[in-house]
Amino acid sequence: MATQAPVNEALDPALQVAPGNSVLQILHAWITTVDHKKIGLMYIGSALLFLVVAGFEAILMRIQLAIPNNHFISPQSFNRLFTMHGTTMVFFVGMPILFGFGNYLIPLMIGARDMAFPRLNAFSFWCTFFGSLLLYFSYLGGNGLAGAGSAPDVGWWAYAPLTARPFSPGHSTDYWTLAVLLSGVSSIGSAVNIVATTISMRCPGMKLSRMPLLVWLYLVMSMLAFVTVSPLTAAQIMLMLDRYLGSHFFDTQAGGSAVLWMHFFWIFGHPEVYVLVLPAFAFANEIIPVFSRKAIFGYPAMVAASVGIGFVSLSVWAHHMFTVGMTAGANTFFVFATMTISVPTGIKIFNWLATLWGGKIQFKTAMMFAVGFLFQFLVAGLTGVMLAAAPFDWQLGGSYFVVAHFHYVLVGAILFMLFSAFYYWYPKITGRLLSEKLGKWHFWLFVIGFHLTFDFMHIPGILGMPRRIYTYEADRGWMFWNMVVSSGAFVQTIGTLVFVFNLIWSYFKGAVAGPDPWDAWTLEWSTTSPPPPYNFAVIPMVESRRPLWDIKHPEDFDQHYE
Amino acid sequence: MFTACLTSALLQVPDIVHGPTSIFSPDGTPAHSVFGLSMLVLSICVAIFLTVAGLLIYVIVRFRHRRSDPNALEEPTQIYGSNQIELSWTVIPILIVVMLFLATARVIYSTQHAPKPANALDVTVIGHQFWWEYRYPKLGVVTANELHIPVSDPRHPTPTYLTLASADTDHSFWIPRLAGKTDLIPNRVNTMWIDPATTGLYLGQCAQFCGAQHAKMLLRVYADTPEQFAAWVIHQKQTAAQTSSAVEGQAVFQHNACISCHTVAGTIATGRFGPDLTHVATRDTIASGAVVNSAANLRAFVEDPAHFKPGVLMPPMHLNDHDLDAVTAYLMTLR
Repeated sequence: MATQAPVNEALDPALQVAPGNSVLQILHAWITTVDHKKIGLMYIGSALLFLVVAGFEAILMRIQLAIPNNHFISPQSFNRLFTMHGTTMVFFVGMPILFGFGNYLIPLMIGARDMAFPRLNAFSFWCTFFGSLLLYFSYLGGNGLAGAGSAPDVGWWAYAPLTARPFSPGHSTDYWTLAVLLSGVSSIGSAVNIVATTISMRCPGMKLSRMPLLVWLYLVMSMLAFVTVSPLTAAQIMLMLDRYLGSHFFDTQAGGSAVLWMHFFWIFGHPEVYVLVLPAFAFANEIIPVFSRKAIFGYPAMVAASVGIGFVSLSVWAHHMFTVGMTAGANTFFVFATMTISVPTGIKIFNWLATLWGGKIQFKTAMMFAVGFLFQFLVAGLTGVMLAAAPFDWQLGGSYFVVAHFHYVLVGAILFMLFSAFYYWYPKITGRLLSEKLGKWHFWLFVIGFHLTFDFMHIPGILGMPRRIYTYEADRGWMFWNMVVSSGAFVQTIGTLVFVFNLIWSYFKGAVAGPDPWDAWTLEWSTTSPPPPYNFAVIPMVESRRPLWDIKHPEDFDQHYE
Repeated sequence: MFTACLTSALLQVPDIVHGPTSIFSPDGTPAHSVFGLSMLVLSICVAIFLTVAGLLIYVIVRFRHRRSDPNALEEPTQIYGSNQIELSWTVIPILIVVMLFLATARVIYSTQHAPKPANALDVTVIGHQFWWEYRYPKLGVVTANELHIPVSDPRHPTPTYLTLASADTDHSFWIPRLAGKTDLIPNRVNTMWIDPATTGLYLGQCAQFCGAQHAKMLLRVYADTPEQFAAWVIHQKQTAAQTSSAVEGQAVFQHNACISCHTVAGTIATGRFGPDLTHVATRDTIASGAVVNSAANLRAFVEDPAHFKPGVLMPPMHLNDHDLDAVTAYLMTLR
């Protein structure tokens, strides 16, 4: 007991100077925090806010597209809407919410007390938050609200030379460039933090081969983010130089290259979507085993597949450029690289299936969303294989088939796993369980709305409807499908509102969760709910991949099977 | 084979996937070869989906936790992996990928490296915000927005080779029934070819976001019989009709800014920023397919182009009613 007394003596005075409870003091505590848990929650909170905003932008677009030659939204406003919707969802919802979960969970899952660089962590959050405010300030800046502001209207890829001064006068493109630049800086900071934390702050006994798969996937995702953001940052700097200092990188009127922008953007853009999806895999790797009551099937293959996906995803970017007029050889190479990525991705799906096989599956809301993810990610992957076949892409590319495909991944896979992660880790974060009854309503409303919208969205693509059009001709036969698609958007909105209500209601009225409501096996479930600021009073020591399984099943150590 | 038949059967259902711009109603070689590949890829993907989704449904039903299970409170047997199973579901997908890749590569090369017949028609397509310029270099024809080409008899092919360029931003030429899309990129020249076997009108539209009126940059390709096409060419090469009744309208046209942007062959109007109007009255549509060509629509368009296409680059001409009537009458004589 000799070591206990100094600890207790140190804690008592600390409790006496505990922070006060006035609003200003609470606000100050959050604004100045470097605690990974608070920063994680701020990332998640700001992402949820922008999810609602960008979702509203989507609703407006779907109302406009429900019937042909509609006059609900002007073409200029519509072009701003799809640009802002895409830019917000990728950079100010997707990245923050995923880094938010990562920041919250990784130290807890590796037995550490915080991330490697807490101040860099805070800096990254505030960078992305101010970037999002800057992007939305564009609606007010310049022409002001009456003229619908000067929000960017060049698409979230901002293809050159549409972004050159002659075609995009004013500052709308600059708002896009600077806001996304800030997001990029933030992502690099978070990526560095996650890699450093994962490599150097694991608790004793946690070799890399014992690290939870969530942490592995965030490690791969961060390395990928670290590599992939730089080309975009470079391209944006070149764009600013073109726009303001007279350079001609992308200025085709002066001999510059529009295709050069495309290469730079997609060398970022494709790995970026893997940066977005790998955390969804991370959540699936933790949630599916717990609700199947079985260890993940094929841990080494899952690690290898994830690393493989990371590497291969860096080589496929020009499948976004199949229609640009590349040589047959170049097109063929990118077909091959893109199709190759389906092999490790398929392995992951099969391993999840094998994890479920022979289990005792409990259909809590978190698991229902995970099962939805499995079906939907399968479909999304297969439509991806169709798009990988370049000649098929010559027809389907740039059409609503592609929009359906990527929303199937972003909403059907990533958002579904995010919902699952919310239901799974909310008890740990807040100490209370989310209502299962509201959860089931959320699930069914959302899954019905999702399929109404995104299943039927493939058909206008097949019928020749290009993307990014504010309206369409009545004689094309697209109206019926667009109406169905638009109706699904409203159902998804209701489902999301149920979810938001659940988040708030359960915080006050939810059942008390205790440290381990799901009978799970990774280290975060060994702390209180919510965890203390220091996470672990004593740094744990682990001897297998599932330290809590070992404690609960001393007769059947996981270690025996490594 | 079964899934291929099932897929084809489903696609025959009328009005679900058949429409004037459906990729599953191909005409001509490029669209047909893409269609063949797409059926192969679709069949394989449907087969994979049915297998894996079927297994998934089985698993979530069969292995559901049931309280009536005698071992309900025990954890199930923990299985950590299986080398044989994991190897097989690595090798089989690799084989499928190799097969799909080879089939795809074949279509890429056959389309992009197709030998060009000596009697192919050459058309230069120049994309503008928000209209299409067509030049037939060997025939001396310049027109806009409505492309006329001869049908191609599969036994004696006379395809049309399109050279694609852009005057401003990126565009994309997409007539789904005839071929996949190819982009028009400024400071870069792309080529594609089409060879419709059936006469008629083929519809499409710009497929790469190019600005405010991208949505209304529509495409109309008229596949004519060889005789119709020859007659059309002869007519297009003529200079503008001179009609005494439209003298006043011609004066309005030539004394306003119209001539800065538009060409009317044989007159002082030699502008190239906007569509060639030499034979505008023979076209079915104006405003790049967005508006039916009639005197009333033409007048309304000249008065305020943004009424039909907000964001279009043609400004309102601020003509009074008298001048509007006159210039409309003049334009209607440009047959």
